[in-house]
Amino acid sequence: MMPLANMLTEPVGVSHYLVVGAVLFVCGALCMATKRNAIGVLLGIELVLNGANLNFIAFGSPYLRNDAGIIGLDGQLMSLFVIVLAAAEAAVALAIALNFYNSFGTIDVDRADQLQG
Amino acid sequence: MEDPIYWPSLFFLLFAGIACAFAVAVVVSANIVRMAFYLVMSLAATAGLFFLAGADFVGAMQILIYVGGTLVLLVFGVMLTSQDRFISMKTSRFELGMAAGVGACLFLLLWFAAFSVPEWSRGLTRAEVNAVPLQPTATPIGMGLLGARVDGADSPDKAGYLLIFEIVSVHLLVVLIGAAFLARARYKRSTIVE
Repeated sequence: MMPLANMLTEPVGVSHYLVVGAVLFVCGALCMATKRNAIGVLLGIELVLNGANLNFIAFGSPYLRNDAGIIGLDGQLMSLFVIVLAAAEAAVALAIALNFYNSFGTIDVDRADQLQG
Repeated sequence: MEDPIYWPSLFFLLFAGIACAFAVAVVVSANIVRMAFYLVMSLAATAGLFFLAGADFVGAMQILIYVGGTLVLLVFGVMLTSQDRFISMKTSRFELGMAAGVGACLFLLLWFAAFSVPEWSRGLTRAEVNAVPLQPTATPIGMGLLGARVDGADSPDKAGYLLIFEIVSVHLLVVLIGAAFLARARYKRSTIVE
């Protein structure tokens, strides 16, 4: 673990990116678990996907590791697919949320208990 | 004489701070409109981190698709569903406390995992970073999506991504048709309102 003063004078490593990714992931997971608004749950999913993307980019970056050449552009291509699938997921989940809102008149996920889950 | 401050690291701290602070704000805030705005800021700062890691194309796509597309979709969702009583929905204090505890444990676990491998935490030296050739990634990514890898000089047998690209394309088409079908306008509003 680098002290903070060292972080200003030396290039950062993969671990620092992983920590930022961990913050995004944890915030997204908490958002999914605690928000009562269905759109809020969707925002949490976007945060989780972004944390994963950040890890993909960090492991494939030649500026952060010596042996990033093994991965090459795999990390960046994977994160592009994640971005596209996140867009698709947002579209479908939003359509479902709008349907739920239209038929029940609420957006509170706690009220969606018709399946007795 | 060498600059005492390494500027990319300073910008890393700046963007990482913005991304993390706004991500925490998304969780803490109870107002859905503010949450959407905080998420925009967090994702834009993440795009800055992508640029710093040398992923210029992915960073641009992050801004174009995520900040410009997906979030506009979500903001539409917010606007279509935000009546007064749904704008601000509070979570109970007990649940927030539980979530904070679980989140802190999960974050500590990930923190120790991130620093457990010495090669990851050390990083390169300044001289090594300066020796990395500047390589724009748009062309190699485009070739990779078409099935030809031009980036892996040290392992020429790496496969391209043509099949995955096709699958994702068809998946996106199906998903968008399905979303349009699900969200189509109804003439008669259902009567199951509680």
